[in-house]
Amino acid sequence: MTVVYWIAYGLLGIGALLALIRLGMGPSLLDRVVATDTLLVIIAAGLAVHAGLERDPTVVPVLVVVSLLAFVGSVSVARYVGGMLISSADDGSDVGLPVAAEEQSARATEESR
Amino acid sequence: MNELEMARDVVAVVLLLLGAFLCLTAGLGLLRFPDVLTRMHAGTKPQVLGVLLVMVGAAIRLQGWSATWMLLLVAAFQLLTAPVSAHMISRVAYRRRHVRRDRMLVDELTTGGAVRDRVYQGDEPADAPPEQPGTALEESRRRDGAR
Repeated sequence: MTVVYWIAYGLLGIGALLALIRLGMGPSLLDRVVATDTLLVIIAAGLAVHAGLERDPTVVPVLVVVSLLAFVGSVSVARYVGGMLISSADDGSDVGLPVAAEEQSARATEESR
Repeated sequence: MNELEMARDVVAVVLLLLGAFLCLTAGLGLLRFPDVLTRMHAGTKPQVLGVLLVMVGAAIRLQGWSATWMLLLVAAFQLLTAPVSAHMISRVAYRRRHVRRDRMLVDELTTGGAVRDRVYQGDEPADAPPEQPGTALEESRRRDGAR
């Protein structure tokens, strides 16, 4: 059983760590939103794994709260970012926005490879 | 009876480990994939399948109706909310161009510059549309044609 503990928490911990790295690196706000969403899901999964392995039902209500928070957080940030848009029917090039810097740099690194 | 309990525990532990493994793959995908849409694709794996597996595993181990109902509530809630938030994030990501369009095979949102809607003139928030969208759209098309 100890082996199961180590494996489960190891997998969850590494996944959460990678999501945290993306949260710190994330070139855009939306990358961070996606990373936060995933991180909260991993936290919920960790709580459920703890509840399952220890047969401890006290953390189960916390799960409901965490999953609610993940949804409300990501939707409100997405709406906030959507409110900052310069609106266009297309992707913004028709109202004269330049190519996103992110796309440019990604292309440049791929071409230099 | 003891063997039955043993088998139940094995099933529960396998489900929990599978869910944890999906969380690891989500982290890997978040780190490796190139843009917001693909990262969302990776991040949604534990959001639905992973959470379902973990909830079923925990429900098998916990063996109480109150806990089972609450876990079921969490799973149903995830199923309802994951598509909503994914839709909102991906739409904003496309509009703000955090999407690698050169990597796309199909792009159904683009109009190719053929349709130029200028209903929204500047920096209005997306949730405050013009008061009469129909006439505003016609007006903007007329102005585009005149140019």
